Amino acid sequence: MPRKSMIQMSALGAFALLSCLLFMFYKIGGSWSFALEERGIKLAAIGLTAVAIAVSTLIFQTLTQNRILTPSVMGLDSLYMLFQTLLVFFIGSNNPLMANKNINFIATLVLMIAFSFMLYHLLFRRERVSIYFLLLLGIVFGTLFQNGSSFMQMLIDPNEFLIVQGKMFASFNSVNGPVLGMASIVLILSLVYLAYWFKYLDVLRLGKDQAINLGVPYFKLARHLLIIVSIMVSVATALVGPVTFLGLLVVNVTYQLFDTYRHKVLIPGAILLSIIALVFGQWMVERIFTFNTTLSVIINFIGGAYFIYLLIKESRG
Amino acid sequence: MIETKQITKKYQNKTVLNAIDLEVPEKKITAFIGSNGAGKSTLLGIVSRLLKKEGGEVLIDDMDINEWKSKALSKKLAILKQNNQMTARLTVEDLVSFGRFPYSQGVLTKDDHEKVTEALAYMGLEPLRKNYLDALSGGQQQRAYIAMIIAQDTDYVLLDEPLNNLDMKNAVQMMKTLRRLVDDFGKTIILVLHDINFASCYADYMVGLKNGEIVAQGSTEEIMTSDKLKDIYDMHLDITEINQCKYCLYFK
Repeated sequence: MPRKSMIQMSALGAFALLSCLLFMFYKIGGSWSFALEERGIKLAAIGLTAVAIAVSTLIFQTLTQNRILTPSVMGLDSLYMLFQTLLVFFIGSNNPLMANKNINFIATLVLMIAFSFMLYHLLFRRERVSIYFLLLLGIVFGTLFQNGSSFMQMLIDPNEFLIVQGKMFASFNSVNGPVLGMASIVLILSLVYLAYWFKYLDVLRLGKDQAINLGVPYFKLARHLLIIVSIMVSVATALVGPVTFLGLLVVNVTYQLFDTYRHKVLIPGAILLSIIALVFGQWMVERIFTFNTTLSVIINFIGGAYFIYLLIKESRG
Repeated sequence: MIETKQITKKYQNKTVLNAIDLEVPEKKITAFIGSNGAGKSTLLGIVSRLLKKEGGEVLIDDMDINEWKSKALSKKLAILKQNNQMTARLTVEDLVSFGRFPYSQGVLTKDDHEKVTEALAYMGLEPLRKNYLDALSGGQQQRAYIAMIIAQDTDYVLLDEPLNNLDMKNAVQMMKTLRRLVDDFGKTIILVLHDINFASCYADYMVGLKNGEIVAQGSTEEIMTSDKLKDIYDMHLDITEINQCKYCLYFK
């Protein structure tokens, strides 16, 4: 790793650590053990989401050779909302599938991963499939799911709608220990799976033809990377709700900061930036806005402003 | 040796290549020539495994191209297409280092670094090694890509229109470099060329395609005649000889 990246990475690491400490100990009063346990679980959920979203968005952009796409175009967010709406619509919010967090998490995760596998299975029966065709299908399904859930949301009881609405925004407040444990196991497994393909990521940046020329088993790689991306997005979404908005911003800020194609720099950089964004954003939601706004608003506002600053700075320099 | 048997390729119902049988001579420059849409680039794409074929087989050193492992084949055969779009920002040296990926899988050894330095020197790119690719001219970028192919160190080098977007001086330099690769290092080069006169001056062997079929093939000497060229291009061409090299004049 070049020295400049090393310094930047250390600074980011220190900043991430500071924001975590702030989150854990700010205005901690009363029972320390209770507060620390509650905040600790939240922080762990944030870390897990940060890793899943940063890594999945990065490899997705490397695969698609595109800096403005995120895995959300595959329609997984919309599927999540459709599933939650369907549950409330047909069996009500008191049903264990909805009311019990553990069961809801497992059911949602299984459904999302099953959906992606089904989509890929249908597609990859043909030997060489175009990635853009897959994205198009994802967008079509996503729109269908979104309209389906809007339609049902119109019809349900207003009180039940509040339950659905609660699911529309990413929230770290409802995560509990067992769910967190399951999510970590799935995430770690998918990271191990990714490690096997990791060496090919840099070459993929040269484009499909060059990658094939240099001996990358491209079509096999694309298939496995897409599976990894869907598992990671599914875990994060099932855990805290729709969070793919985070990826676009964080990954692009990472490119601006590190100016490299090497994934061994980009991936840790994007993870640290995600942690900073999420921890800081969550802290602001809780302490400054006292839950009057949502995390996505804060992160998109601050991140967007910072990104514009980076662009202006670059166009001058 | 590179050999094709009965290669067929279709886009929807249109046949672009029809039963192509070809043996590419070893340690020579072979040029695919023909009009637009004759199937030259498609044939090159299939031989280099970038494109899928509907029928027939490609044999690389007597083994079917589908039997080869990706990694092993990338040490044997290199392909460079005409337009290399890339989203990554990298330096000339980074790009050339990627040529060693088949050997190092990303972690360069001392030997790999030497090969990269040699390739850079061979293409006269040492002063530019730290420059970013997107800040270079088309000719310099093309040279960087060729350096990468040299670092890849394969027996077979396939190039799709390597003279595209190059001016006269750069084009001549490029062809001279390719000539040296064959004469000094014993590489086998196949290229798609639009300019028949460059093919005549630098290639040893010519394969003329028309409507997805090979209509003429042979040594440059044999192909550079009015009759043969009329078969390939469907137009009358006058051949003149200047300094032992045949040129065809097609401007009027």
